[in-house]
Amino acid sequence: MTNKNQHIILKTEDLSIGYQSKKVRTLVASNINIELHKGELVGLVGGNGIGKSTLLRTITNVQDALSGAIFINGKPIKKYPALDLAKVLSLVLTEQMMSKNLSVFELVALGRQPYTNWVGNLSENDMAIINNALSQTNIVDLKQKRCFELSDGQLQKVMIARALAQDTDLIILDEPTTHLDMYHKAYILKLLQKLTKETGKTILFSSHEIDLAIQLCDKLIVMSSNQVVSDTPCHLISKGVFETLFPKDLIAFDEKTGSFRVKK
Amino acid sequence: MLNSKTYSFSFLVLLLILLICFFTNISLGSVYIPFKDVFNSLIGSSTEQETWLQIIQNYRLPKALTAILVGSGLGISGLLMQTLFRNPLAGPFVLGISSGASLGVALVILGSSVFGGVFMAFLISKWSIVIAASLGSFLVLLAVLMVSIKVRDTMAILIIGLMFASITAAIVSVLSYFGSAQQLQQYIFWGFGSLGNLSWDELFVFFIIYCLGITISLASVKSLNTLLLGENYAKSLGLNIKRSRLAIILSTSLLAGTITAFTGPIAFIGLAIPHLTRQIFNTSNHKILLPAVFLLGAIVMLICDSIAQVPNSDYTLPINAITSLVGAPVVIWLLVRKRKMVF
Repeated sequence: MTNKNQHIILKTEDLSIGYQSKKVRTLVASNINIELHKGELVGLVGGNGIGKSTLLRTITNVQDALSGAIFINGKPIKKYPALDLAKVLSLVLTEQMMSKNLSVFELVALGRQPYTNWVGNLSENDMAIINNALSQTNIVDLKQKRCFELSDGQLQKVMIARALAQDTDLIILDEPTTHLDMYHKAYILKLLQKLTKETGKTILFSSHEIDLAIQLCDKLIVMSSNQVVSDTPCHLISKGVFETLFPKDLIAFDEKTGSFRVKK
Repeated sequence: MLNSKTYSFSFLVLLLILLICFFTNISLGSVYIPFKDVFNSLIGSSTEQETWLQIIQNYRLPKALTAILVGSGLGISGLLMQTLFRNPLAGPFVLGISSGASLGVALVILGSSVFGGVFMAFLISKWSIVIAASLGSFLVLLAVLMVSIKVRDTMAILIIGLMFASITAAIVSVLSYFGSAQQLQQYIFWGFGSLGNLSWDELFVFFIIYCLGITISLASVKSLNTLLLGENYAKSLGLNIKRSRLAIILSTSLLAGTITAFTGPIAFIGLAIPHLTRQIFNTSNHKILLPAVFLLGAIVMLICDSIAQVPNSDYTLPINAITSLVGAPVVIWLLVRKRKMVF
């Protein structure tokens, strides 16, 4: 599935992540070598506390890497000024935004901030991109609603639309499916898949929905306690990576269905 | 951004109300002056009595202009603080800017006896009070900001602001213990708040610093809107958090600091006006909120001042008492009506 000639959007080289305080150095994971290509939908899976968030925080330049390098479009991430990074990388976070009194349109329009002038006036081009983002995420009819009127599923679509409006090569989402019902989990991930196909953007998301991710993603990054592997879902299944993901006492991975089963 | 026509209509109405309040405010006072003469004196022609011209031009006009600057400035600085600290209860008064200013003024008025007679002449002048109040408010705000970087919990920041106020009050009471009766009286009168003491010269300096503060706040409109998403999102949109935070705080301390310096600590306007504006305009967009807060703040302040001078009587009530009497019920009413302060 991965084509060697495809443009590499994000690449890490021997990346070690963790926390460095004055005296203590806490290593979370090391030897991380991943490549995300243009137009790929990539899922990041792993158990609780394994370091998914730390990895996402590191490759989005929120926290520093312990060692190794991260490249976006071939340029080290540290070389990007903040505003330039905002033009290649957008985020959807788990945290609640502060003001829910904003209308959906206003919120999505905030995605244009890196491109607008000092008062944030929207040009016709900005308006076109915003409206495009609204229609791609099927929320045109919510446009005038205020954010406190929305359900969790609708709000997640709005946040994705905002990231789309930022018009970046890479969109990173931190657990976009938490708090959503089964239908909306599938809906959001399916939407992400559609967006990678339609817009050619690369989307990376962390999730606990391993079976959904296996079905929808072009590539998966699996974090377990001793290694970080990235490959296509099929290869990962045949390599038996998912068996190493969790302790074996309660659940087991079923290769045929590509999902976990509770042991009877 | 949305239906800009309704917004411009609301702005037009508010502007009209502001003008009406402005003229009403100038027409009312302890001396009755017919409206025709008020108008004449404003456009510079002669009035029936020479003293009327004097009263209007040297007392009522600067007072009304001061009210506009104070109301709009406090409203805007309250708005900035509420957005920056992500807290609907924030405002220059709550976060201790006023307490800082009080401390500065207390040090100058009451502390002059402690520092000795050499500084006396310099210290007691009006300008030193202004400078001391500005410095005091800036230092307190800086301290609150430093704490806010360490503490993520916004409630903690509010409590810390209150603690600063307590420390200030303690130092002030120590100073008052050593101060003379005359100094004490001067300090207490400053605490009442007063819009009417400004000469044209002072008003001019006030206006320049005010303009600087307003300019910085206008330049912060974009970052204020970005901050509505929360700091992490704002960062991901390429916003330089440290710089915008500093600009917002600088603007607030210039506005709230100078206002407190020239007119004394005026309560509740900074807290109540932004909420009132959000209710009326039903938006969180600072491009709308900033000018709307400006107009509403000026209107409410003019009304408060008109009430404070008790029309056609010789009494002038402390302006601080009036703003609290008007402001506190407004906040309570908003909370009861909306149950939740969305912003």
